[in-house]
Amino acid sequence: MIEISGLEKYFGALQVLKGIDLNVQKGEVLSVIGASGSGKSTLLYCINGLEPIQKGSVVVDGTDVHAKGTDINKLRQKLGMVFQQWNSFPHLTALENVALAPRIVKGKSKAEAKEIAEKQLKHVGLEDKLNVFPNALSGGQQQRLAIARALAMEPTYMLFDEATSALDPELVGEVLDTMRLLAEEGMTMICVTHEMGFARDVSDRVAFFHKGVMEEIGPPAQIFGQAESENTRKFLANVR
Amino acid sequence: MFDYNFHWRPVLKSLPDLLEAGLLTLQVAALSMIIGIVIGLALALIRLKLKGPLYWLATGWVELARNTPALFQLFFFGFGLGAFGVHLSPFLIVLAGLSFNCAGYLAENFRGGFQAVPDTQLRAARSLGMTSWQAYTRIIIPQVFKIVYHPVTNQMVWAVLMSSLGMLVGFRELSGETQFFASRTFRIFEYFAVTAIIYYVIVKIILVASRLLAMRLFRY
Amino acid sequence: MNQTISFFSGFNVNDFWFLGEAALRTLWISALSVTIGTVLGGFFGWMLYEGRLWATLTLAPVLDIFRSVPLIIQLVLFYNFAPIVGLDLDPFGSGTVILTIYTAALVANVARGGIEAVGKPMRRAARSLGMSYWQDMRYVVLPIGGRAVFPAWVGVALGVMKDSALVSVLGYVELLKASQILITRTQEPFLILSIAGAFYFALSFPISRYAAQLEKRWAQ
Ligand SMILES: Nc1ncnc2c1ncn2[C@@H]1O[C@H](COP(=O)(O)OP(=O)(O)OP(=O)(O)O)[C@@H](O)[C@H]1O
Ligand SMILES: [Mg+2]
Repeated sequence: MIEISGLEKYFGALQVLKGIDLNVQKGEVLSVIGASGSGKSTLLYCINGLEPIQKGSVVVDGTDVHAKGTDINKLRQKLGMVFQQWNSFPHLTALENVALAPRIVKGKSKAEAKEIAEKQLKHVGLEDKLNVFPNALSGGQQQRLAIARALAMEPTYMLFDEATSALDPELVGEVLDTMRLLAEEGMTMICVTHEMGFARDVSDRVAFFHKGVMEEIGPPAQIFGQAESENTRKFLANVR
Repeated sequence: MFDYNFHWRPVLKSLPDLLEAGLLTLQVAALSMIIGIVIGLALALIRLKLKGPLYWLATGWVELARNTPALFQLFFFGFGLGAFGVHLSPFLIVLAGLSFNCAGYLAENFRGGFQAVPDTQLRAARSLGMTSWQAYTRIIIPQVFKIVYHPVTNQMVWAVLMSSLGMLVGFRELSGETQFFASRTFRIFEYFAVTAIIYYVIVKIILVASRLLAMRLFRY
Repeated sequence: MNQTISFFSGFNVNDFWFLGEAALRTLWISALSVTIGTVLGGFFGWMLYEGRLWATLTLAPVLDIFRSVPLIIQLVLFYNFAPIVGLDLDPFGSGTVILTIYTAALVANVARGGIEAVGKPMRRAARSLGMSYWQDMRYVVLPIGGRAVFPAWVGVALGVMKDSALVSVLGYVELLKASQILITRTQEPFLILSIAGAFYFALSFPISRYAAQLEKRWAQ
């Protein structure tokens, strides 16, 4: 379980997160929506410790992410992350992209890592691209590669930061399908997204962020049907 | 008009000596490149990550190396240091001068290389649980290495060309050796013509070797 | 007061003028070579770009030689070659000829890069507006390509300014040679080298900084 309480985050003098309280249960799919600059990406970075926080806490399966003694590299293995920019490692083949971290972070043998990588690439539908370098893959394929790379660490949670925003429209579908597949398999997911269709169909809950505050959270039917907050309704009216 | 008689025989006779001096040229250039790469990498990282006195020291080094003549830098390690009672051998003067110069130019190449690798690569690597060291050695540096490969090759060529300044501080690398023979025999033109060819061949060998190596090193 | 005098014992006001005059000679030979060399190099670059077979077969390898042989060797070689073919050139003349060709060889690459940087679509667009070949060159290629390679050209020009120090081997008394002469007489190597270095630095540093800034501004 991910437990976030009283989380505050500053960039210099700018307060980006203003006291967030949020729990995510195992097996849950949470979508996070909100205007640009509302702090959605920052929230994900704070969850896996890529950004330090100033107040409050983030606890993952009983371990405080930002506590001094925490082995953050170990904890991150539980938290797979996929970024907006499909940042595959350009100097490694698809297979090596996926196999590297299991090998050097988890200490798997070469053969084991290769097996894991092949399995995950098949999982995301890239089984025929094993020895291809990323520059020969489309954006959608690279993003699926990034998902496979994260899955290869056998994470308990997956964090998606606008995984489809940088893609050409015709490539969005294949990545969303992969995410849908993961959700059906029971993966716990936090998805920052601008794809309202995905948020409505796949998530168990949807959270709306507004200027560093979690303005509203609830099942998709509530958020998209009868949102309580004026800001939520305004935002949704604009994106449609 | 053409009443000059070319005499190539003495040059041919000292060709083995010249070739040996060419090897010395290659060695001093390679050595100063190795030193220059290590120091240049340090200067680049200091300029990217640190503030304060170390930053200014590194910046001063880079700007001095890039904005004064290489010959000036050699003189400085020669009689400049002599003013403080430090007397380097001709070999050390050339080595120190070239290393100083290469480090300055390479530092800028490396800095550009690090800046050309997007921050998101580091984030992605760390998000997989890699340590900072793993992320740099496995993800960032291999990419920087490819970006700076060509500039580093060019710098190696420059190092070879610059080492010819050795003849002005009494170092008998290829140019110094040539001058030594030329002044003994007065066949200045012939000697320097052959030496020019040797330099040309050395430079071509470096470029071809670098291209062959690149084909093996870079798969993408 | 006494101390200051004893510190400057060997070095007096006249020597300062001597250095100043030498600095002017450095400026003069550099400016002359860079100017003619740039025009020539621009022309060569255009020929290489147009890629007529004979240009690639003859011009390219010849220019390549000037980039692959140390400048100091080129200078000595030409200075000793000129009288053989009956040319009566003083050190300044020989130095200028070689520095000019050397500049041209470097600028040729820069210029070709500039024309290539403009890109076919834009040129086709220009021609489709009814511009002639030369109008396209003048109003499209020159301003756009020129901007793209201006920083590289500044690099070449400053490089030649620094490399002009090598003409001292022919006995031309430019700044570094003048420093050497003064050092021998006054035994004040550190002071004199610092003055000479400061001159080069004061010329090169602001210009290269300015070019880097322009590059940044134009990149946006
Ligand atoms: N490294 C940083 N340094 C300073 N300010 C930052 C940094 N990263 C983000 N910010 C600021 O924090 C605020 C929230 O940014 P964040 O990226 O979390 O927004 P977001 O909701 O993900 O927006 P988007 O939909 O555009 O991705 C923004 O105002 C942004 O400018
Ligand atoms: Mg974001």
